[in-house]
Amino acid sequence: MHELAVCRSLLRQVERVAMQHGADEVASIHLSIGPLSGIEVPLLEQAFSIARAGTVAEGAELVTSLKGVRVRCGRCDKESAVTVNRLVCLHCGDWRTQLVSGDEMELTRVEINIPETVN
Amino acid sequence: MCDTCGCNVTPGNENLVQAGGKLASTSSGRDSVEVLHGLLHENDHQAQHNREHFERHGVLAINLMSSPGSGKTRLLEATIDDLGRDKRIAVVEGDLETERDAMRIREKGVPAIQITTGSACHLDAHMVHDALHRLDLDAVDILFIENVGNLVCPASFDLGQQLNVVLLSVTEGDDKPAKYPVMFRAADAVVISKVDLLPYLGDFEPDRARRHLRELANAASLFELSAQTGEGLGAWCSWLLAQIPQRDQAAVGERSFTVTSA
Repeated sequence: MHELAVCRSLLRQVERVAMQHGADEVASIHLSIGPLSGIEVPLLEQAFSIARAGTVAEGAELVTSLKGVRVRCGRCDKESAVTVNRLVCLHCGDWRTQLVSGDEMELTRVEINIPETVN
Repeated sequence: MCDTCGCNVTPGNENLVQAGGKLASTSSGRDSVEVLHGLLHENDHQAQHNREHFERHGVLAINLMSSPGSGKTRLLEATIDDLGRDKRIAVVEGDLETERDAMRIREKGVPAIQITTGSACHLDAHMVHDALHRLDLDAVDILFIENVGNLVCPASFDLGQQLNVVLLSVTEGDDKPAKYPVMFRAADAVVISKVDLLPYLGDFEPDRARRHLRELANAASLFELSAQTGEGLGAWCSWLLAQIPQRDQAAVGERSFTVTSA
């Protein structure tokens, strides 16, 4: 259940962003997640609903964008959309590929509310 | 362990601790901050700090991961028997409870720090950092960090190691790399352990495990060994020794850089 640990780390970052910009609340938190990150989005959402209590993100919406797994072949240089446990080139069959996307575990954007007096 | 215990913010890395980001307004009138940080930003930052310590002290740090009972501690005991006279080895042990594994390692005359995680299913960079404060890194050539037995969570947490080694015992099945791709994709070396049991199993084929590993686009070195009988241990130990000189060069580079910049 490391999603809870991930969530706490995420919330500390969000709180820091909110504090630095003088925000009084966080409206939404945007994440980019790939299947090879080791993060299960439903578990992360569940953990978030618990971990956000008592933080500036208490009322925030968690918006996750799930990335597909894509590789680029080291031999034929073509890209393929693949599954998590078969990162093999679909064009020439070579296994020596580079991951193009699919291991993302990123906080991309935070929407906050900044009170007029601070602005 | 920290030479300038501040403990970790320097001009070189302070950008990593600033979570600020660019502010813009959205169409709904709310303020939007672009961040683009890893979700485990704090852990990654601490891991980088640990890595700098290892490199400064010329330590080869290895994160040893596997299912519970794959023989991580047994492999370390056999490795210490083989290399312990020539190389200075230290071990950080991660377990939910007990000091048992650390005691086994200490019986070999090697310093071992036990981290008991309670209910946490993985080590993180902060736990390892705390353990490092109890070790004299100048007196260590190879530091093994034996992670909590678990093929899922430890793969997500960088500890600052230079290499990930994943054990796969023959009793677990040769399709483990296909079932746990996040873990096996992160491996720099895979050790197939307990091969002395192969004749009794009949359904584990090392070549099949290798194929599953390659299908993860991973060119990691693969070792087949038995810590019990010593079969295959030589190749593993030779590989380990070959990793150390690279660290020595890095440490020398680090020192000469410090002199130049002073």
